[in-house]
Amino acid sequence: MKIATEFVKGKLVIRLHGEIDHHAARGLIENICSDIDKCLPKVCVLDMKDVGFMDSSGIAVLVKAYKRMKELGGELRVLNVCNQCRRVLEMSGLEKIICMEDIKR
Amino acid sequence: MNTVNYIKIEFPSKSSNESLARSVAACFAAQLDPTLDELGDIKTAVSEAVTNSIVHAYPDVIGKISLRGRIFDDNTLEIVVQDWGRGIEDVAKAMEPMFTTGGFERSGMGFTIMESFMDKLKVKSSLGKGTTVTMRRRLSYRSGSLK
Repeated sequence: MKIATEFVKGKLVIRLHGEIDHHAARGLIENICSDIDKCLPKVCVLDMKDVGFMDSSGIAVLVKAYKRMKELGGELRVLNVCNQCRRVLEMSGLEKIICMEDIKR
Repeated sequence: MNTVNYIKIEFPSKSSNESLARSVAACFAAQLDPTLDELGDIKTAVSEAVTNSIVHAYPDVIGKISLRGRIFDDNTLEIVVQDWGRGIEDVAKAMEPMFTTGGFERSGMGFTIMESFMDKLKVKSSLGKGTTVTMRRRLSYRSGSLK
């Protein structure tokens, strides 16, 4: 799983690329949390435009990122979630607590 | 219901095989001309079942996982994921949402997703012998599809 990060004016944007499954999740969680700890952003944006698939491991990734941002008093936003990922996220109820924007239909 | 096609693959319980397993299932299901949503549901359910075997059946060793698929003449897809690992002590408990004995990268939503994304889910497990997960999903007939 590839990620690209950009930190501008207190906003950390992390672009994810690939599929989020159990194989990818552990490394992804570590990378996201390490980027958050390095930048200490007010807002962390996970851009999922190039994520075509996620299973329940993706739920764990978002929960981890959400908890870390909450501990820092910041906010997590998730952008451009594809239909398949949205269906998985709806099962978890996460879309009720995490701000999701620009949801692709 | 008559079987019109089937597949069987075996692979070691390496996490790199999770994407292989769901891709194989999706390619096999493609014969039924599924919608993108149906294909997404099948891939997700297979990913969950195979990941369960990798994480829970063989926590400390690499073992064998079998993935079987069947297509029936009423447009139903059946997927069977079998392992010969530890087995599940309490299947009903394991199927409760948010219950997990996995690590921090697990959410405890695997069986809940399999149950919601497929029409039927059957889990047979015996301690020390292994687990067999059978899932079925009847796909919609679309105009222009064969059959």
